[in-house]
Amino acid sequence: MRVLKAGAHTSIQDTGRFGYQKYGVIVSGAMDPFALRTANLLVGNDEDEAGLEVTLQGPALEMQQDVWISICGADLSAQLDGQLVPQWRPVFARKGATLHFGKPRAGCRAYVAVAGGFAVSAVLGSKSTYLRAGIGGYGGRALQAGDELPIGELKTPVQKRMQKFVEALSDGAFATTGWCVSARLFPAYSDAPEVRVVRGPEYALFTPSSQEAFVSTQYVVTPQSDRMGYRLEGPPLSFLETRQLISTAVTWGTVQVPADGKPIVLMADRQTTGGYPRIAQVITADIPVLAQLKPGAKVGFTQTTVEDAQAILRRRQQEFSMLKMAIEDSWER
Amino acid sequence: MQLDDVSLYALGDSVLVVQFSDSIGPFAHDLVMAFGRSLADCPFYGMVEYVPAFTTVSIFYNPLVLAYEDVQRQVMERLRQLDAEAAPESRIVDIPVCYGGQFGPDLEFVAEYHGLSEDEVIRIHSAPLYQVHMIGFAPGFPYLGGLSERIATPRLTTPRVRIPKGSVGIAGDQTGIYPIETPGGWQLIGKCPVPLFQPTAHPPCLLRAGDRVRFLPITPAEYRELAQDQDVQVCGDTL
Repeated sequence: MRVLKAGAHTSIQDTGRFGYQKYGVIVSGAMDPFALRTANLLVGNDEDEAGLEVTLQGPALEMQQDVWISICGADLSAQLDGQLVPQWRPVFARKGATLHFGKPRAGCRAYVAVAGGFAVSAVLGSKSTYLRAGIGGYGGRALQAGDELPIGELKTPVQKRMQKFVEALSDGAFATTGWCVSARLFPAYSDAPEVRVVRGPEYALFTPSSQEAFVSTQYVVTPQSDRMGYRLEGPPLSFLETRQLISTAVTWGTVQVPADGKPIVLMADRQTTGGYPRIAQVITADIPVLAQLKPGAKVGFTQTTVEDAQAILRRRQQEFSMLKMAIEDSWER
Repeated sequence: MQLDDVSLYALGDSVLVVQFSDSIGPFAHDLVMAFGRSLADCPFYGMVEYVPAFTTVSIFYNPLVLAYEDVQRQVMERLRQLDAEAAPESRIVDIPVCYGGQFGPDLEFVAEYHGLSEDEVIRIHSAPLYQVHMIGFAPGFPYLGGLSERIATPRLTTPRVRIPKGSVGIAGDQTGIYPIETPGGWQLIGKCPVPLFQPTAHPPCLLRAGDRVRFLPITPAEYRELAQDQDVQVCGDTL
């Protein structure tokens, strides 16, 4: 796959680099893991294979061979040779076809998976791009025009499925299946979602009115937000006392509040440790919704418990397993 | 062990934090190290990884396999059996540093700020055996304890956009080494030619929590020699 135009920020990401946080190595990985995993399943890959994370203003990519791709996540008006491509389903694209993106319609990060995955080497067990350390992905950096992304080999059963597409493909740039992932299964990407949180370890350091304000405020995602964290604009939160905290581990969804009282939600490229008071922690199941917020979007927080958060996550996993089976079934038919 | 001072808390739905103390010190450090060792030697089913810090060990687990209460129970049991005396062996790592000049553009300022000569600053900085309390901020970045108050210096008023990797700096009563190029506001007093982070090495970082670090002053010629050796092995990091 040749990169004709890089787009705003396009990088190779898988589901993350685990096991090295004790060495200060960040986890990285797709901001919306649900979309990446689903995109992989649709093209017969392992769900944690690497794909392209496309942000807002997408790249232009030329297919250098017949490929089987799928696009999940944000709707960024993906087109093959100028024709809109349906998302959340497998798409067979002809050699020479150009994939490009147009106006963002919903969400801000789309994932492009390709059958066989991207054949870049894993660094510390992951293909995810870690920009600051310059490792993983394609040369440790975001994509640039002229890059040629190598595609891995197809497994035999996957090759067979591809045959069906070749037959179906007539004159167009691409062919697709009659089935797709039901919209019921993926989050409705909203510009003003409610995201569930559990209380953070330093919740008690905030004034009662700030604790109240945190769950009743509609925060605005500022333009300073990126893969590392979302900076939120809203009425500043205040502390009962100013105390210097001892640095400790933070994680995905940790809501830190620096001295200026403006919350920062840590995302995929978060640092491993931090020292700001943690008022809340976004539940894992709601991370994909958060990941799709673009600057200017609003977000509100509602409180839940760790038990509920884990129950929701288990339910999601069940749905995902069913989706996995349904996709397999669709190929058998 | 006695568990009176240990507290456990959840950081969301997939992290459990064990806090050994309210303050930084040898007591907390030894417990963090001993517990980290126990987790490394014998990780429990469903554990993803753990992150030791000044006074805490955070355990990342898979909530699809383990509920919070399960992790809590396992951790309590393990803590009861924890032998803090059996602290893991502490390595001493020598870090060569070329101080001053182009290697440490702020050495002059640090010396002036304290009314010391540059040589005195170097002597004071390279005297202690520093404790690596934790690794964070960047891959292999050590939080070191033990800097002399005599050379504690505030951060730069305006942070630098780009700090070369290997830079040794001072910020307040902390000292540390930047393993990769990043922006930063520390006072840079020297530069170390050996890489602190090598993604192809196992483990990828030179330092880990629990190590002790000693800074060895070297000359610019020695720096170049060591940095050249490094070029052969790693490629890239040149003056």
